[in-house]
Amino acid sequence: MKLVTTLIPLLPLFGFVVTLLLGKRFFGRRAHILSCLVVTAAWALSMYVFWHVFTHQKEPLHITLFTWVASGSLHVTWGYLVDTLTAVMLLIVGTIGMLVHYYSIGYMKGDEGYYRFFAYLNLFMFAMFVLVLADSYLLMFLGWEGVGLCSYLLISFWFRKQSASQAGKKAFLVNRVGDFGFTLGMLLIFLTVGTLQFTGVFAAAGAGKIGSGTMTWICLLLFAGAVGKSAQFPLHVWLPDAMEGPTPVSALIHAATMVNAGVYMVARSYPLFLHSHAAMLVVMGIGTFTAIYAALIALTQNDIKRVIAYSTISSLGFMFMALGAGAWAAGIFYLLVHGFFKGLLFLASGSVIHAMSGEQDMRRMGGLRKKIPLTFWTMLAGAVAMAGIIPLSGFWAKDEIIGGAFSGGYYVVWAVGIVTAFITAIYMFRLIFLTFWGDNRATPEVQQHIHESPAVMTAPLVILAVPAAVLGMIVGLPPESGWIHRFLQPVFFSVESEKFSWVGTGGLLMLVSLAVVLVGVYIAYVMYVRRRELPATVAGRVPWAYQASFHKFYMDEFYEAAVIRRTIGLASWLWTFVDVKIIDGAVNGLAWLWEHFALLIRPLQTGRVQNYALAIFGGMLVLVIVIRWVWGA
Amino acid sequence: MNAVDWYLLLAMLLFCIGAYGVLARRNVILIVMCLELMLNAVNIALVAMSNFMPGIAGRGVLFALFIITLAAAEVTVGLAIVIANYRNKRSVQADEFNRLKG
Repeated sequence: MKLVTTLIPLLPLFGFVVTLLLGKRFFGRRAHILSCLVVTAAWALSMYVFWHVFTHQKEPLHITLFTWVASGSLHVTWGYLVDTLTAVMLLIVGTIGMLVHYYSIGYMKGDEGYYRFFAYLNLFMFAMFVLVLADSYLLMFLGWEGVGLCSYLLISFWFRKQSASQAGKKAFLVNRVGDFGFTLGMLLIFLTVGTLQFTGVFAAAGAGKIGSGTMTWICLLLFAGAVGKSAQFPLHVWLPDAMEGPTPVSALIHAATMVNAGVYMVARSYPLFLHSHAAMLVVMGIGTFTAIYAALIALTQNDIKRVIAYSTISSLGFMFMALGAGAWAAGIFYLLVHGFFKGLLFLASGSVIHAMSGEQDMRRMGGLRKKIPLTFWTMLAGAVAMAGIIPLSGFWAKDEIIGGAFSGGYYVVWAVGIVTAFITAIYMFRLIFLTFWGDNRATPEVQQHIHESPAVMTAPLVILAVPAAVLGMIVGLPPESGWIHRFLQPVFFSVESEKFSWVGTGGLLMLVSLAVVLVGVYIAYVMYVRRRELPATVAGRVPWAYQASFHKFYMDEFYEAAVIRRTIGLASWLWTFVDVKIIDGAVNGLAWLWEHFALLIRPLQTGRVQNYALAIFGGMLVLVIVIRWVWGA
Repeated sequence: MNAVDWYLLLAMLLFCIGAYGVLARRNVILIVMCLELMLNAVNIALVAMSNFMPGIAGRGVLFALFIITLAAAEVTVGLAIVIANYRNKRSVQADEFNRLKG
């Protein structure tokens, strides 16, 4: 078992190294072979581990490989913790990772950086596995930073494109802000508890060794890291721009795995958050706000990938809403199904883009449902799941979250959740109707080339559509006491699952959310199929609302003015004043000093021997006087 | 004031005159002459000391003999240098030889 678990991150690492070093020369167009092989093996091993955990549910697996840091009182080992939460994460990461690798064979075909892409994908898998398996905050942080690095590398994969490389930098820098909070949180943990290993920290938390103020700080700082990594407000600005990366990257990193790291981290820190109600409120608040904020923006975006990007931000907000409201299992349940249907949506959008010869603007799409039926049906499945329509998986998870908020007494949160679900249905089906209904609005040459994607790309779509459709029912029923809730019970030990009644509050809430979503779908149908002039009219009626939504509530502009310009100004000042005047001045000044000193002494060297002879005589005289009268007197 | 002191006084005066000449004269030939004067002054001192001080007789005189020989050789070489220098610079003024001036 130890070997199996150790191999899971190791295999992709091996794949990365080999593919990167030898890929160009030896593999060329077949660079995907090793990396896909490796990732399939890692997936198989993850399934094995999952099965093992499934049959030994009460005993988490502790594996220690070697001592990593032994410096003074800081002692951290490189080890893995495998409990039910880890198993769920392995399921998502392994499966979607593998499917994305195969999808990329088709999507990235012919690209000149083919081998580089697969190498980076493998590196990402390594880092993500480490993150998920880690048994200490420090090791998790290593994986955390690793996925951040891969995100940068993959977003700016087409680095010659200015916007892509800038997006990569933006992602990395914004992430870093969150990471700073994470680091401070770790520091605080270490100072308070003396260890960074999960077992040690959670034991100390349980024994009440951490003061409540400190605990709140720790939780908030850790959450700051999650805000950055999982693109919550106000550190969400990198995710939409991250769509510059190839679509498989968007699917893997920015939908199904990396952005989940923040949620996973908060979930993992459950024993800490238990003791800080304030922190949980903050988590819930930010999650809820982000959910509706992102949904409002998604309403007006024209790029198909951006809509899905904002929907991801919104979904992550839902997950944090769940965790903050105390519905831990519900949040992880949503994470699980979301990984599948969001990954599906991204990959399907990639298929659409591929069919449209690279076009991503929905205003130039249309009528694709007859032409690329496979993509259409799978994407529709994803959209239905996303919107939360029974009986697909999104419905069960999302409903449980807002139901959990309601039963926790957070009625405002519930209301916001309902409104967000409504808006989600609208923009999701706006996407579907604009892309697949009506007449095609692209140029004739593009229209001629519309074709269904190759099997390597459509197969993952079909494979993902299955869990998007049925996983919710399989693992989530009956609500709040389904298989997944019981599976996660050892991790979220003190959460009592309420008795859900189909004919009581629970059932009623379910009907309300379903109704709201169906109304949203209908509105989208009316606006984008029946009466196409409606969107423009509505936008004309409330131009301020439309502009605010279209410009992402001016967050980027705000950051530009408040942060970026000031930083650049500071840098400029440091350059022109401190560096040029002070530092260069000091160095040049020293040289000048030396030069003038030399100029002073120069006249001594006259070139005339007689002067030198005089110097000799003078010196001798001094010596004689000193010896005779001064020394030894 | 012993008898030897008068000779030493003479030697000292001659040495100082010679030293002054070496340092302050401009004509290089005169400098070489003063250099000789210095050497001879030392000779006087040596011979006088050898005569008046106890010890092996003639020791100082022997040393003076060496100095005379060496002075002769040195003057040969020195004048050869002066002539070589004259051939290059066409001058015997000491302060004109300042090509090594920094």
